[in-house]
Amino acid sequence: MTEKVHLDHAHGRSLLTSMLRIRRFEEKCFELYQSEKIRGFMHLYDGEEAVSVGIIAALRPEDAIVATYREHGQALARGIGMDALMAELYGKQQGCCRGRGGSMHVFSRAARFYGGNAIVAGGLPLAVGIAMGDKMQGRNAVTACFFGDGAVDEGAFHESMNLASLWNLPVLFVCENNLYAMGMALERAEAETDIARKAAGYRVASEAVDGMNVVAAEVAARRAIAQIRETGKPFLLECRTYRFRAHSMFDAQLYRSKEEIETWRKKDPVQQLQSWLQQAGLLHADEIARIEADIAAEIDAAVAFAEAGTWEPVEDLERFTLMDKVPQ
Amino acid sequence: MTDFRMPSLGADMEAGTLVEWRVKPGATVKRGDVVAVVETQKGAIEIEIFNEGLVSEIVVPVGGRVPVGTVLARLEGAAGAREPAAPPPLPPPAPPVSALPVTPGRPRISPAARRLAAARGIDIQRVAGTGPAGAITVADVEAVSPAPGAMPPQRPGFDPAAMRQAIAAAMSRSKREIPHYYLSQTVDASAALARLERMNRERPPPERLLPAALFLRATALAVAKTPELNGVWEDGRFRPGDGVHIGWAIALRGGGLVAPAIRNADRRPLDDLMAALRDLVLRARSFALRSSELSDPTITVTSLGDRGADAVLPIIYPPQVAMIGIGRIVTRPWVIDGTLGPRPIVAITLAGDHRASDGHRGGLLLAEIDRLLQEAETL
Amino acid sequence: MSASASVPMPQAMTYREACKQAIRAAIIADPRVFLMGEDVARYGGCYAVTKGLAGELGEERIRDTPLSEVGFVGAGIGAAIAGMRPIIEIMTVNFSLLALDQIVNNAATIAHMSGGQFAVPLVISMSTGAGRQLAAQHSHSLEGWYAHIPGLKVLAPATVEDARHMLQPALDDPNPVLIFEHVMLYNREDVLDPNVTEVDIVSAKIRRPGRDITLVTYGGSLFKTLEAATALQQDGIEAEVIDLRVLRPLDMATVIASVARTRRLVIVDEGWKSGSLSAEIATRVVEEAFFELDAPIRRVCAREVPIPYAAHLEQAALPQTAAIVAAARGLVRGA
Repeated sequence: MTEKVHLDHAHGRSLLTSMLRIRRFEEKCFELYQSEKIRGFMHLYDGEEAVSVGIIAALRPEDAIVATYREHGQALARGIGMDALMAELYGKQQGCCRGRGGSMHVFSRAARFYGGNAIVAGGLPLAVGIAMGDKMQGRNAVTACFFGDGAVDEGAFHESMNLASLWNLPVLFVCENNLYAMGMALERAEAETDIARKAAGYRVASEAVDGMNVVAAEVAARRAIAQIRETGKPFLLECRTYRFRAHSMFDAQLYRSKEEIETWRKKDPVQQLQSWLQQAGLLHADEIARIEADIAAEIDAAVAFAEAGTWEPVEDLERFTLMDKVPQ
Repeated sequence: MTDFRMPSLGADMEAGTLVEWRVKPGATVKRGDVVAVVETQKGAIEIEIFNEGLVSEIVVPVGGRVPVGTVLARLEGAAGAREPAAPPPLPPPAPPVSALPVTPGRPRISPAARRLAAARGIDIQRVAGTGPAGAITVADVEAVSPAPGAMPPQRPGFDPAAMRQAIAAAMSRSKREIPHYYLSQTVDASAALARLERMNRERPPPERLLPAALFLRATALAVAKTPELNGVWEDGRFRPGDGVHIGWAIALRGGGLVAPAIRNADRRPLDDLMAALRDLVLRARSFALRSSELSDPTITVTSLGDRGADAVLPIIYPPQVAMIGIGRIVTRPWVIDGTLGPRPIVAITLAGDHRASDGHRGGLLLAEIDRLLQEAETL
Repeated sequence: MSASASVPMPQAMTYREACKQAIRAAIIADPRVFLMGEDVARYGGCYAVTKGLAGELGEERIRDTPLSEVGFVGAGIGAAIAGMRPIIEIMTVNFSLLALDQIVNNAATIAHMSGGQFAVPLVISMSTGAGRQLAAQHSHSLEGWYAHIPGLKVLAPATVEDARHMLQPALDDPNPVLIFEHVMLYNREDVLDPNVTEVDIVSAKIRRPGRDITLVTYGGSLFKTLEAATALQQDGIEAEVIDLRVLRPLDMATVIASVARTRRLVIVDEGWKSGSLSAEIATRVVEEAFFELDAPIRRVCAREVPIPYAAHLEQAALPQTAAIVAAARGLVRGA
């Protein structure tokens, strides 16, 4: 029943493009943050792109996504427009959430993208409920719930794993284990650092996968999702990854060494895939250059879009605090 | 030419200290190069550059602490950086407080202003409010009545409830603190009425004398001879009055009463007293008394007039020590020189503070009033 | 059988039964509605509100949950976003604190954060209040905390009629609605008017008109306040009793209109005074109707202690009728 991943030219190009879009977009965000175009807390995904790209490649349009505050990657991989995302980071009303959410709270009804949750583990119970609602309404949808290793410290992780298993809910729990909850190292936080093993306590199937390898992530995701659709039971996929940049913008990274960062940088998921595609003869340098040029143009257009965006009128401040009706 | 500025690294970063330059003037830099190290409250952070070009000038030397956005270095051959985003438009001022319910005929007035107006007898309907939503404030009341005790005009609108409260407080205190004794003397008013009839014969009604004026005069003269009953009880002892200032009780229409003083009543001729009485009643009923008139009396007289009861047993107004009651003049059988005949009779009563005087002195006072009334022609 | 059979008869019913009928009717009427919570199915509900419903409606619609408040409250939020109309029952408001993150950080914010793309049409009901000697972890009145949060609606049905009819409009509302049921109300019985088939979840109600003083209250304190009003009447004081019913958003128009008539206000609340709902009502009256007042506002609230176990101490900690009478009399008579 396992779905195979055929890494042909088109698919390889698609995965690389998707990761590069995230990488370049966030490099621009980094610059724009330092020049105060983007404010608030911003968490970059640099190094972790393979996780969202690989897993979301395995999802169908009817599936749902719940993500964390480090969700630019998921948002772009899921197809939320770069224009709307950049405008959101600017706080403009043309943003995907009218500038109400900002970097940490990206939502999209069209993409079934349910945030952008800035409470560690806050999205897990929500994902259980979305899967429950889908199941009760007879929808054949899977909810992919992204969270970091820090969320495993929280009670909500354990309650959610248990509920999803107990009630046979189609949730793909995706732990993006980047080894640090802000500055708290996994081995300093967890008695059992093998996160995938924790699933056994809830009779949840699990697997750990190299989160720096997009193909491995996609293959694992397809396998897990196929199992979820077949059994109706949840699955925990631990993606072992690393963030190259600081936790958020304002972080002197006192908790880890430069050597450690450099070691992981050698496993850069974008470089890995690019080299592999080139060595395999699936993608040539000039095509990569064209992809880069297209992405640069897309980013320029997104920045221009955000710059040209307008501020939501202050008169609308209290709008959407309470809703007049349930959006359909 | 473009500028390399102190970057914003976090929502809570306002400034940074340049601790190291990784480039020198003349160096070529490209996007992503670490060009400097900045010390922040969170520690040292390596700073990347986003432009390509040649470092032409280091503006901030090592050790310089500068705010976010300050030019740190200049580059040649670099694409110009965009200006920071324009700040969002300022929110409009907060909307005014929602429309408040207004009770017709009830002016908005602060509690402090209401209390002040009551104390000064000011009709709040006539005070222009300058506070929120036109409310009357303390300043507005003071504008009408600048200084307490300086004979401020008083106006209609005196709060009957407040007066009731004041009477309640004073009378309760009196009955609580003052050991009253009561005396009564029945007086033949024939002589007094005869004198009035004679005096009033030629006068138009508005100028005619009333019995009250004679009673007032007689009482004032008698009180002057009985100083133990004229004054106040304060701090555990009696203090005699500095003159005979007779408080004259005036019932107000709509309830309540006031007892403004007629100062030095013992030294004022009959016509003068009558004029004073008329003036006081008029002003009391139009709420135009002076505050000094209300605080001055050394003894109070209540005269029930021709619609009152036959006799009254008064309650002393603290801190005074006596009060005299004059009943209605009634025609009753009276023995004159051993024979019975009809006579105009009036009951004059006295409530005395037993702490300040004894019944004997009180009896002397009533006897003196009687004596003076029998010699009314001399009053 | 006869012509009279078609005329609905007034029916005496407990508050508990009214809650149960409301749940039953809502679940039967809409396939999207289901109820989940701890011991709601096989046990029958901590306060026996859902007794027998699981057998009738199935354990899918009356769903027992593990003791995982953050988990099942969050799941209810997710299900609501995904198109269901869940009723989440939390045993007591004290336990809701375990789920506070989900209620405050998710249910109340998602509509706003998503720029109106998602609504959270969810009902969360829980018991509140003291009086059953359940001590300091089962007796508190924390509904005022929830009334602090923009994005939530907070209801406090006090009457059997409201217990019977507030649930449906709460489910129809596109926003998260919290319903607080005071534990001392479940056994109260009243005759339900069969002609009343719906109530609003917007307005406060005048439960007893009066011209001399306004007594504002809600939930479990309503009946103590009505008793106080009866006692005051014997003193010649006509008290107007307002049942807030809705704690957020507050129907201040009804409160202020009443205060503008009576000019005096006593607020009765089983919550503590400090930083409370009663403080909020007093502040709004001062802000919006300051010049209508003839007397200071008084509050009769719980004493500032955790609710004790011992009966005499528990009662001493709670607002009582005599205290309400004394506060009201003091404002009217100045004593």
